[in-house]
Amino acid sequence: MDLSYSEEEKAFRAEVRAFLEEKLPKELSEKIRTGADLGKDDIERWHAILNEQGWLAPNWPKKFGGAEWNAVQKHIFEEEAAMAHAPRIVPFGLGMLAPVLQKFGSQEQNDYWLPRILSGEDWWCQGYSEPGAGSDLASLKCEAVRDGDHYIVNGQKTWTTLGQHANMIFCLVRTDKTVKQQEGISFLLIDMETPGVEVRPIILLDGTHEVNEVWFTDVKVPVENLVGEENKGWTYAKYLLTHERTNIAGVGFSQAGLRAVKRIAKAEMAGGKPLMQNPHFAARVAQVEIDLMAMSTTNLRIVSKAASGTAPGVESSMLKVKGTIIRQEINDLARRAAGVYAMPFASEALEGSNEALPDPLAAGPVAAQYFNNRKLSIFGGSNEIQRGIIAKMTMGG
Amino acid sequence: MNFELTEERQMLQDTLRRFLRDRYDTATRNAILESDSGMSPDIWSELAELGVIGALFSEEHGGFGGKGFDIAVVFEELGRAGVVEPFLDTAVLAGGLIADLGNDEQTAHVETIIGGGLQLAFAHGEPSSRYDLDRVSTSATEKGDDIVLSGRKAVVVNAEAADMLVVSARESGEVGDADGISLFLVPKDAKGLTMQGYALLAGGRAAEVTLDDVTVPASARLGAAGKASAAIEARIAAANVAQTAETLGAMETACSLTKDYLGQRKQFGRPIGTFQALAHRMADLLIEMEQARSSVILAAGNLESERTVREMNISGTKNLIGRAGRLVAEESIQMHGGIAMTQEYELAHIAKRIVMADHRFGDVDHHLERFIDLAAA
Repeated sequence: MDLSYSEEEKAFRAEVRAFLEEKLPKELSEKIRTGADLGKDDIERWHAILNEQGWLAPNWPKKFGGAEWNAVQKHIFEEEAAMAHAPRIVPFGLGMLAPVLQKFGSQEQNDYWLPRILSGEDWWCQGYSEPGAGSDLASLKCEAVRDGDHYIVNGQKTWTTLGQHANMIFCLVRTDKTVKQQEGISFLLIDMETPGVEVRPIILLDGTHEVNEVWFTDVKVPVENLVGEENKGWTYAKYLLTHERTNIAGVGFSQAGLRAVKRIAKAEMAGGKPLMQNPHFAARVAQVEIDLMAMSTTNLRIVSKAASGTAPGVESSMLKVKGTIIRQEINDLARRAAGVYAMPFASEALEGSNEALPDPLAAGPVAAQYFNNRKLSIFGGSNEIQRGIIAKMTMGG
Repeated sequence: MNFELTEERQMLQDTLRRFLRDRYDTATRNAILESDSGMSPDIWSELAELGVIGALFSEEHGGFGGKGFDIAVVFEELGRAGVVEPFLDTAVLAGGLIADLGNDEQTAHVETIIGGGLQLAFAHGEPSSRYDLDRVSTSATEKGDDIVLSGRKAVVVNAEAADMLVVSARESGEVGDADGISLFLVPKDAKGLTMQGYALLAGGRAAEVTLDDVTVPASARLGAAGKASAAIEARIAAANVAQTAETLGAMETACSLTKDYLGQRKQFGRPIGTFQALAHRMADLLIEMEQARSSVILAAGNLESERTVREMNISGTKNLIGRAGRLVAEESIQMHGGIAMTQEYELAHIAKRIVMADHRFGDVDHHLERFIDLAAA
């Protein structure tokens, strides 16, 4: 048992920190710090900077142009990036599709799509959930019918994150209705410029546009866009879900969030003293901090296990549940700390001009973030689904 | 003991519920939310005609209510429909202070308020006062027959729409003293009064109000010089009855939407409400709803009690509703899933109303500490 990082790991952390210090544009980190919305340009800019460094695809093998970091390195990078208020890497192409292609795609598919993901030429989004298929994803209905050299796709996907920026979507589609649900699903890559594809915005409760509905009407998709075998899509999706699980605990986000809570609570006055000195509020902050310290260690324990080659199982579900509870509690504290200044609808801040805000604390849109992050315990397999997985894997049945 | 509403209050509740069900659906309300003024003048006058504002004032002032239970009945229905029009600000707070403290000339405004013809705002909180009612640093200085007001007021709800503002300012004493605080009736177009307005996350609008040597005649003072603190506390108590009742109404809506959704939404071939993991949580919410309802009854029923009893009940209720409200809002969203995260679904607005209520007139922590202090006194 040794709680310290190795010399190589420390050196790696220093390297990451120096890189962020030098290369992370201040305009971007300021947007993240104040909770402003990132535009497509912002994200593409950050991706390009990381790509130049060779760090855009941390988990890809080197032969595909990735950094091939181990789990501890990825953890260090994620922690440092969150602390520096770096934008997150948009994961759909890089972290979700690419591992599936690398594992199950053809040589041609890898040769063609992977460089385009790295260069940013393609922006991918994910077509999984449907209005009737959320937690019960395998009940999806969007169908693809083979017609010569094409599939004809009809149906609807929803909760498509950043689909408004995307030109490509990877979809789970039903290709066989006669078999068991899980055995009639295929994994299809669809060009969103194809006639019949329509993207409709969904506005979230905090006024933001980050998710969409995507509709398909007689959309012609070339058969070479099928990944792997027909009707094996569910296997690939499950594989992808284990990749979606990386950084699931959101330790870095929580640490940055906790720092923001303290910053606000030191500026906000309560009874003539900084709120941070109020024993009741300080106790709330301490409670979350203690939980976060332990969770971050749980995360490291699991990460080191993964680094030694053991695939995380039930632990990733545990981290998802605990990680989101802690992040949401921190969002709640930030909103609480801001007091009456949590009330303004800080749309000005969301558009990046924080000066327009009346808030003397510059707390930013803390209440909007609190509401927005209610999604954390819903998406990527809700916490109820995760608890079900934990129960099933540990108690059977 | 009798927990039934009086016939008049029952009628008011029924009328109001029917009106809002017919006239204030999600689409209508969301259009109001997105409008520049953040409120509907039509809804305002129609509700005034139905007696909503009259119910908030006593007979002495031309109304037909004004008691804790009158306020609770009205606001529970407003909350159930997620109404964003500023009845709390115009009638309960600013209008109530005018009725409580005003001389004949000043209280003459109440008739216009009841008729729906006047908008008001209470400019009290300041950037560093948080939830402390006596932490007033805006100054009021006598200058001949006039009073000169200077300072800044934070998140003044309904300030832009208001014809007049009730402004608190200190005539003597130190920031934090109860003694020395006065109230003044200030016309919105007074020279030196400026505001920066913005929309609120849960609907409606507010503004930062700056008073830069705003001169008003001494006759603009409401009540005795320097003695407004107790009246402010009592009015905030009434506002808390209104706001906790409103939140209770919103929580009812959240629970009823969630219960319906659990029955309708099918995953894995069955309604999700048949999964015990969700059914038990829904049951917990319903238990909390009964707690919340009783707590609001305690606050409303004690609004006319002596100060310590009144304030203990107010702080207790504000604390309980803050806790139960957060639970109901968060669990309702969680049990719905993604759909509840969308702006066009009713629960989104309702959940925001519930949670953001904790940011006005003191949050759960503030009122817990206050309850402890009051109980120890």
